[in-house]
Amino acid sequence: MKRRRFLLSVLGLGFAAAGLQLKVSSVSAASPKFLFFVDVTKCIGCGRCVVACKIENDVPMEPIFFRTWVERYTWLRDGEIKVVSPNGGFNGFEDGSIEAIEVEKSYFVPKLCNQCDEPPCVQVCPVGATYKTEDGVVLVDEKYCLGCRYCIQACPYGARYIYPSSGPRKSRVGTADKCTWCYHRITKGLEPACVKVCPTGARQFVFVSGDQRLRRIKGLKGLKTLKPEMGTKPKVLYFGIDSEVR
Amino acid sequence: MSGFEGFIYPNEAEIYWSVLIAVYPYITGLVAGAFIVASLLRVFNVAKLKPVYRLSLLTALAFLLTAPLPLIAHLSHPERAFEIMFTPHSSSAMAGFGFIYAWYLLVVLLLEIYYDYRKDIVEWASKFKSVKGTIYRVLTLGDRDISDQAVKKDEKVVFWITVIGLPSAAFLHGYVGFIFGSVKANPWWSSPLTPIIFLFSAMVSGIALVLMIYVFGSKLRRQKPDVACVSTLASYLLYSYILDLSLEFVEFTHIFYAAEEGIELIAKLMMDKLFLTFVVIQIIVGALLPIILIVLTKLIKPKVQILLYTLASILTLIGVFAMRWNVVIGGQILSKTLRGFSNYSMPLFGPESLVLALAILALPFLILYVLVWVLPPWAAEKAETF
Repeated sequence: MKRRRFLLSVLGLGFAAAGLQLKVSSVSAASPKFLFFVDVTKCIGCGRCVVACKIENDVPMEPIFFRTWVERYTWLRDGEIKVVSPNGGFNGFEDGSIEAIEVEKSYFVPKLCNQCDEPPCVQVCPVGATYKTEDGVVLVDEKYCLGCRYCIQACPYGARYIYPSSGPRKSRVGTADKCTWCYHRITKGLEPACVKVCPTGARQFVFVSGDQRLRRIKGLKGLKTLKPEMGTKPKVLYFGIDSEVR
Repeated sequence: MSGFEGFIYPNEAEIYWSVLIAVYPYITGLVAGAFIVASLLRVFNVAKLKPVYRLSLLTALAFLLTAPLPLIAHLSHPERAFEIMFTPHSSSAMAGFGFIYAWYLLVVLLLEIYYDYRKDIVEWASKFKSVKGTIYRVLTLGDRDISDQAVKKDEKVVFWITVIGLPSAAFLHGYVGFIFGSVKANPWWSSPLTPIIFLFSAMVSGIALVLMIYVFGSKLRRQKPDVACVSTLASYLLYSYILDLSLEFVEFTHIFYAAEEGIELIAKLMMDKLFLTFVVIQIIVGALLPIILIVLTKLIKPKVQILLYTLASILTLIGVFAMRWNVVIGGQILSKTLRGFSNYSMPLFGPESLVLALAILALPFLILYVLVWVLPPWAAEKAETF
């Protein structure tokens, strides 16, 4: 009898110890240091941002892996909306599939990680490999990620992919990868690669403290975020998009 | 890039949760369902289920031991799998897996099986010599007291473990439903009803599995399966299926009546993209047909009723797997752009393939074979009381 009781208490203690490990952690609520502004009225769909991003961040060249990509939204006269993103806009947009006469309006929408203030990817990561930095950027620890892909399911924006074995950075293979707003650059005061190469200023990066553009951007009417109904509080602000863009 | 339709985000071209992730909730559902069968006898005193009591416990154990395999096999970094227990992230539903699993395995199933078999194990330990005897001597865990008093205490312990085990079983599988139901980004998954539907479909599949294994097990031993027992199992299968289908009906009524953004796509997903696996296999072949079979068999009571119940169970098992498939794969081919569909074609061989999924699904039967050899569940059939 004693032995049985002993076995039960050992089990109990084991679970209590395991329970203690579950320390409560929450996403830090520090105010963001950076904002990303996209003015779609200026984007010409050249795709240089997509190319620059792939080179700067060792993103595999295959057409199904992107940290950033460009979509083209076209409203036809009959009300139909056509969206395309051939090779993520890597080679620009040259298809002539739609007759100009049918088009009501059309514009390009650059996409990237929204660095959400309430990131669902961080919430679901079972080991905390995806985390939010104090300056508000969501990063992935490639040495820690299991490759369970739950974050990919949780991201409403399709911003994540699993780094394939064909990619140039071997230490990242099999882990979740996504745009970091070029964290290695912005923490040194440099702009992200996609912003740097944008020839029209459609992509603008804002260092929140002391940036003169902040007031002008915040004052713009019709500033939107993507899928606001998700409650993720994105930090990429779009100017000039319709509510159909998601 | 074949099979895509409309516009999907470029990163959605790959399906990230494969067939293995459909196998995982299928297996945990079978565990929970089989355990519920055992508790019907222990807690709710459904005496007619006595012949399958121990068998259902062993079945639950065999499947529970297999449950982590599809998960670990699909990780890109399986060598980091244990981080989920060593450094769990408390806001992640998935991080609960290790703890819920360990609780269920160690506190519920192993303990219940140990205390339920203890008297027999002690007797077998002195009866058998050689290797088998050694196994039993180890399994006694050093406690050889089988006085009436000790055995009575064992029964009390088993009763209380079952009482704790029932909500644990519900939690084990309800939690798997929550993993999907809590993904707000996915309109096909996101629903508070998902965990409950998962739970009831788990009961359905677990009962069907125990029925099937009992009938085939009896045939293998050249014994006649107990008609009253099989018939009672079939009744419970019927009740739980009716509840399960009612819940699914509520879910789909809500989806179509509320008709939120993307409703056209969801309709297309059900009636076109998943027509074969959803409408044909899950609903018609896997649910309506077995229900009709059971009802007709109950009404007519033909001589081949056990055969018909077994057939209904096999169809049910196929139907519930189709349900898991439709949730996991269906939810991913529906693009988050709500403007198109991705495509999933299951590889036959290699990692995350059909062959691996089938191997993982076959493994619990092998484990069960060994468990039944070590801990024959049939003795309880003859016992007057338990």
